[in-house]
Amino acid sequence: MAVLVDNNTRLICQGITGGAGSFHCGQMMEYGTNLVGGVTPGKGGQTFNGSVPIFNTVEEAKSATDANASVIFVPPPFAADAICEAVDAGIQLIIVITEGIPANDMAKAWAYMQGKDVRMIGPNCPGIITPGQCKIGIMPGHIHTPGRVGVVSRSGTLTYEAVGQLSAVGLGQSTCIGIGGDPIIGTNHTDALKLFNEDPDTDAVIMIGEIGGSAEEEACAWAKDNMTKPVVGFIAGATAPPGRRMGHAGAIISGGQGTAEAKFQAMEAAGIHVVRSPSDMGTKMKEVLGL
Amino acid sequence: MKLHEYQAKDLLRANGVKVPPGIAATTTADAVAAAQELGGNFWVVKAQVHAGGRGKGRFKEIENDDVLGRVLRGEADVPGKGGVQLCRSIDDVQAAASMMLGNTLVTKQTGSDGVTVKTVLVTTGADIEREIYAAVLLDRQKSQLVLMVSAEGGTEIEEVAEENPDAILKAHIDPATGLGDWQCRQLAFKLGLTGAAFKDACRLFKGLYKTYLAADCSMLEINPVIITSEGEVIALDAKVDIDDNAAFRQKDIAAIHDSGEMDPSEVEAAEYNLNFIKLDGNIGCMVNGAGLAMATMDIIKLYGGEPANFLDVGGGAKVDQVKAAFKIISADPNVQAVMVNIFGGIMKCDVIAEGVIAAVKDVGLELPLVVRLAGTNVELGKTLLEESGLPILTADSMADAAKKAVDATQGA
Repeated sequence: MAVLVDNNTRLICQGITGGAGSFHCGQMMEYGTNLVGGVTPGKGGQTFNGSVPIFNTVEEAKSATDANASVIFVPPPFAADAICEAVDAGIQLIIVITEGIPANDMAKAWAYMQGKDVRMIGPNCPGIITPGQCKIGIMPGHIHTPGRVGVVSRSGTLTYEAVGQLSAVGLGQSTCIGIGGDPIIGTNHTDALKLFNEDPDTDAVIMIGEIGGSAEEEACAWAKDNMTKPVVGFIAGATAPPGRRMGHAGAIISGGQGTAEAKFQAMEAAGIHVVRSPSDMGTKMKEVLGL
Repeated sequence: MKLHEYQAKDLLRANGVKVPPGIAATTTADAVAAAQELGGNFWVVKAQVHAGGRGKGRFKEIENDDVLGRVLRGEADVPGKGGVQLCRSIDDVQAAASMMLGNTLVTKQTGSDGVTVKTVLVTTGADIEREIYAAVLLDRQKSQLVLMVSAEGGTEIEEVAEENPDAILKAHIDPATGLGDWQCRQLAFKLGLTGAAFKDACRLFKGLYKTYLAADCSMLEINPVIITSEGEVIALDAKVDIDDNAAFRQKDIAAIHDSGEMDPSEVEAAEYNLNFIKLDGNIGCMVNGAGLAMATMDIIKLYGGEPANFLDVGGGAKVDQVKAAFKIISADPNVQAVMVNIFGGIMKCDVIAEGVIAAVKDVGLELPLVVRLAGTNVELGKTLLEESGLPILTADSMADAAKKAVDATQGA
């Protein structure tokens, strides 16, 4: 089934009537995603695109539609609250697209979901797609092709770049997960590698990291002993100056920690097939798979 | 968003943290008046710049290149006076303030350009019996805030972490309960504090956490926290960074933020919602998406060039933003070529190409321009660029674009 999302995913959207929410919900439906409902407080009873029912609360939406996933486009000041609402309603997969959520709000939402049966992807991410089955997020669906390579990345357009390169060399994708560029995220590189490792429909993985934090190093430490599938890796930000936030809230080298070089070295030590040029991700994967 | 020390101390004071009495001054006369108002016979004059390492920094107008070089290399015992001076008389205060104000302070963190000092903080001198370190920050590995303390105050925490990691004590904070009194006690006991100092340290720890939340900090570091002979626990210095994502609800702080230390091109870029960071290289770049923008800088370097900037125009790459980006990039005299790398997803490549063409014409861009488009309608976009009659080089891949951009600078 690839990972996390497929034909059985029943999606609702929180913030469906906002500009970004309504546009991308239209795109997701066009791609074939099973969008079963939306939530905008105060607009319950209306419909989106003439067919998708809108509810006032996630609780109502969940009980009426039996949704098992929610995508969040709620603006930053209210997004963490929207996440908690989805957790409380028992939604098992929450994809948070919103960029710019205060870190202190995320720390609270993150703490709230601990010990509960829920997985969050993002925030500040492009979303997740299983090509040909289900697209949740803002990625251009048509650049993807169904196949057997998993992609995990903190960045949006750099993920598209990897997907574009894979498709260009004739390699399709099982699932592509944009885990997001914030310091607090729900699904990290380690989680994604574990999911792909266990997935019978994935043969290999492209892992794209960037400067800041130590999530890549932790994933490499896990991969070294546990990953049975080949991984091609790239880290963005080798030329980034220390102490500056490179667009993403989490992409910052501080106190000598979180450099690209340290992450490249961790990848190499874990047996990951490193490419130093972001232009070589697709061709490297083809070579690694012996194609 | 970095705050100056005096601004950070105002926040701390408002949240119950003891700081030394102090007054900020922008002229030497005001600094002298501040010292007189504070009274006593011992003051500290501190340059207010965002960079750290002020005490060990030296002034560009006063010292020679050899001394400044030693500052930048982080050497110890560099001769001359720095951005933090102890003063035993009003004359000393006057001399310190006039040395700092209007002059350029070079520290290990500012780079060789240094930063002009526009404000000094005059504080009363403190009676220091012991120095400790305290900070509140986000532990990314645990997705939790952590209060971090160390007995080794005055030393950079990175150094302590490397040489004596056991000296760093941590209390992770559950946002539902906040920082517990028990956690403060635990840390204060471990630091070996007793009596009045024990109680005051616990109060300070709580105050730091309160400040962190109230001001939406992303980092709050007090180095050193001092303990006086009377057992008072005081924040002698303060380094505070505010979470940019919370600027919408921290309007008072945003209003006092000193953007004067930012590169003017970065200030201009921010007005157009461009994520822009000025660098020292010769190839300007414009990219959509932060990760792809970093990767573009990296590939320029791989092909022998140096990126002149980081620039993320956002997913949409709108025409007015592209225009502003070209203006800002081409205003940098170091730039010899420009590389545009746009992955067109929802926004189609032909639309982006039209935007680039309009922007080049409007700005009158004279630098060699290499454009690499990928994604939706890429062939149509390329054709538009090639048939525009403008000297735009098109590229098929990131590598191809980087190579062409570097070649263009070498031909120049």
